[in-house]
Amino acid sequence: MALPGGLGNVVESVVDDRVTDEALEAVALNRFEYHRILELLGRPPNELELGMFGALWSEHCGYKHSRALLRRLTTESPSLLVKAGEENAGAVDIGDGLAIVFKVESHNHPSAVEPFEGAATGVGGIIRDIFTMGARPIALFDSLRFGPLDTPRNRYLAGGIIGGVGSYGNCVGIPTVGGEVVVEDCYAGNPLVNAMCVGLLRHDQLTRAEAVGEANPIILVGADTGRDGIQGATFASVEDPEKSARGVVQVGNPFLEKLLIEACLEALTTGAIVGLQDLGAAGLTSSSVEAAARTGAGVWIDVDKVSRRAARMTPYEVMLSESQERMLVVAEKGREEEIVAVFDKWGLHSDVIGAVTSDAHVTVAESGTPVARIPIEHLNNPPEYRLPVELPDYLATVNDLDIGEIPEPDDVAEAFLSLLSSPNIASRECVYRTYDQTVGSNTVAGPGADAAVLRIKEANRAIALSTDGNGRICYLNPRAGGAMAVAEAARNVVCSGARPLAITNCLNFGSPDNPAVYYQLAEVIEGMAEACAAFDIPVTGGNVSLYNEADGVQIFPTPVIGMLGVIDDVDLRVGIAFAGEGDLIAVIGYVHGSLDGSEYLKLAHGQIKGRPDIDLSREVAVQSVCTSAIEARLLTSAHDISDGGLAVALAESCFAGGIGAAVDPGSTSARSDELWFGEAPSRILVSLVPGNLEEAKALASARDIAFEVIGRVGGGDIVLGDDVTVPLDSAREKWSTGLSAALSGKSAAH
Amino acid sequence: MKACVIVFPGSNCDMDTFHALKTVAGFDTDLRWHRDTDLAGYDLIVIPGGFSYGDHLRAGAIARFAPALREVAAAAARGVRVLGICNGFQILLEAGLLPGAMLRNNTLQFRHEWVNLRVDSTSTPFTRECDPVRVLRMPIAHGEGSYFADAETISRLKHEGRVVFTYTDDNGRAVREANPNGSLSNIAAITNERGNVLGMMPHPERCSEPVLGGEDGAMIWRSLAA
Repeated sequence: MALPGGLGNVVESVVDDRVTDEALEAVALNRFEYHRILELLGRPPNELELGMFGALWSEHCGYKHSRALLRRLTTESPSLLVKAGEENAGAVDIGDGLAIVFKVESHNHPSAVEPFEGAATGVGGIIRDIFTMGARPIALFDSLRFGPLDTPRNRYLAGGIIGGVGSYGNCVGIPTVGGEVVVEDCYAGNPLVNAMCVGLLRHDQLTRAEAVGEANPIILVGADTGRDGIQGATFASVEDPEKSARGVVQVGNPFLEKLLIEACLEALTTGAIVGLQDLGAAGLTSSSVEAAARTGAGVWIDVDKVSRRAARMTPYEVMLSESQERMLVVAEKGREEEIVAVFDKWGLHSDVIGAVTSDAHVTVAESGTPVARIPIEHLNNPPEYRLPVELPDYLATVNDLDIGEIPEPDDVAEAFLSLLSSPNIASRECVYRTYDQTVGSNTVAGPGADAAVLRIKEANRAIALSTDGNGRICYLNPRAGGAMAVAEAARNVVCSGARPLAITNCLNFGSPDNPAVYYQLAEVIEGMAEACAAFDIPVTGGNVSLYNEADGVQIFPTPVIGMLGVIDDVDLRVGIAFAGEGDLIAVIGYVHGSLDGSEYLKLAHGQIKGRPDIDLSREVAVQSVCTSAIEARLLTSAHDISDGGLAVALAESCFAGGIGAAVDPGSTSARSDELWFGEAPSRILVSLVPGNLEEAKALASARDIAFEVIGRVGGGDIVLGDDVTVPLDSAREKWSTGLSAALSGKSAAH
Repeated sequence: MKACVIVFPGSNCDMDTFHALKTVAGFDTDLRWHRDTDLAGYDLIVIPGGFSYGDHLRAGAIARFAPALREVAAAAARGVRVLGICNGFQILLEAGLLPGAMLRNNTLQFRHEWVNLRVDSTSTPFTRECDPVRVLRMPIAHGEGSYFADAETISRLKHEGRVVFTYTDDNGRAVREANPNGSLSNIAAITNERGNVLGMMPHPERCSEPVLGGEDGAMIWRSLAA
């Protein structure tokens, strides 16, 4: 059979319209999609072409199940230099001619199979998304979720993932300054690894990932291409990665990545680069097609020119390899040597593997003969699905929390201490001390703070960033949960003294073919959209990871929000630590929380129930009171009240400051567990010198928000009304060792 | 003060060190490539932290063969001040410019934390401005920082006043709990016999400005400028 356009002889098609289900399953396409391909091409695709469609039409690359829903998210803002979807990541103006590029991405499925390399290459992949835009990566965040740490398997996965994250980030020299560690039953067998990278650039350094200019050479730089990771994109889009071979997981080389960062940023200064695109999922196929799609151009790729790690690789293997640490450079014709010289300096070899064409096709050639030829627009426009939505059955049951059936704790102090040592609340230091947090010499506040704060050397300002997810809350109330994830990330950034500017997001969900899961996805996105509108901040891009389930258990719907804020004057920054003996402690917003979806309810009573909710206008008001008070320099500390409620927030501020505190909200109507351990959004714990109280109260009352003084900083104990008096040191001991004991299998309770 | 920072493939504290020397300390500072063979004219040569050559084989084991290292050795012999920080310390050990070796941390993990350092010698050009009774605070970030040497070497280092910084508690006591990596005698930094080559595991370039949580690192730049 001949390809259209007089391209001469072609390879024999190994799959045609009688293609088997197995052949389609191997490339994660369904029969409807296959017929669509037949229609678009007007002929059967050959094996390579089918593989290319499979990769680019996968959920990982094509967002075919989520794209329609994602349109709900605000992507417009005057502060955006690059909007969602335009490039590899969004770019946000932070003033002074500077911009921040940031994005969060998942590497869940590879990490479930090979935790160390899966997590390491997740970090490597997101770093490439950032420097491909011309930005220098300045920070990493890692939001991790594991199954219960009482099984050796989950501890192995957790240990490997934490090790992989640290190993890659430390070597490549980008500080890991924040993230999350969450433990929940639903992540057993399907851990979540979401990595965020943040880059800094001057506006004039912004680089496009474009294949532009006919006959401009396409240069592949970095690692040789091997058989590792073939079909990784499609693998991430099927339900049971364990079934697939370990060979689809790639192996990372952070040293090579470091060389690539330096070489690419230096090569960009030559001015001879017209486009730069990283190779991620679906390797050469997606990078060349995406770069061409941005300009409407075409690309010609000569697979013979690609340096390889293995002998006798087929064009299929070369085009779909996901070997790490590779970049695609589109050079100005005639100036290739300038670019090659830079890569030579860094000991990296570079291959001219093709050229930009004007035919709007991707053409793959072997020995000068085309072996695949597909119009780029077909590859780049996967079908879009809106799947059936069904209210999940479980909601009615879990939303029905009768608080009257929950006994109040006999010993509040004991409940408090056991909460402090819960793996979801205890200090994360045993994890983050294995990460380099200060390389780059920009870290003003690192892990353990509400948000990481990085100074910008080129200006007096700083940026604050936080990553937050809340699978349990989204499970109980998907719409409110989506909004609360955004709200909490914003609150963390606000507590550091920053104004929220923009978010990136990673949506981790189960199988969209399950109508209840698709309902969760739709509702969570709706909630996020509502919150973004309330805060007036845009979404700059992100990533969708579906099919997160193991042994028939769907993970909780887990959006992870990466929030960027800016602090105009770095001196305005506030931390969580109590500082001065005699300072007043107050809560902005309601003092009381509820047990709905709380860590306490799960820990003490084994229940994940209730219907958490949020009033967004109230949330915005609480945050704006906090911002005004910080900008007026009224607050000594500010700390988001979240997991574990008021008692845990108070303890964390005490530990950070090395000083005790005594609080007594003076209400007798509430239950002790709700008062101390209840959770609810829109609450911030602050401390301030008594002389600032009137002014702070006035700011709050102007926005109709409560500002209630509940106690004072000082002493060597944590005192919770009449319920608890514990020495600071013994509370800290519980908090310091809870997670490390669980991770090492030494914890009795978990 | 004319200074340079040597950049190896895999160095990742090179720009931080350059910033501290140039912007904070105000030294006339250059970045020099590991292949450069002419390092004449510098008063201070800094080998920065990072993972030179990916730490392949062993931290510092490949960097010692870099062309620039021959020049560093020659400059050290002329009395030029040479400062190796973290990976730079490891490289100086591998190159034989300082005695001993680095083992993996006794925790077998990479470790980042702020540590207390007692200043054991203020007679070096790197510490002459330090107050010997004040404990300094600096961050460490390494996986291979457990200093090891035979008993005779350790004893000589101590007797000759060549242990410059020691990991201690808040009160300057070199207790076991204050040792982050298993270094013999809690050693964090040493000099050569002549006192012009200093190797240290903590990162002074990361704590030279108040905004970064401390400026004890600037004591070293101040001493060098004095």
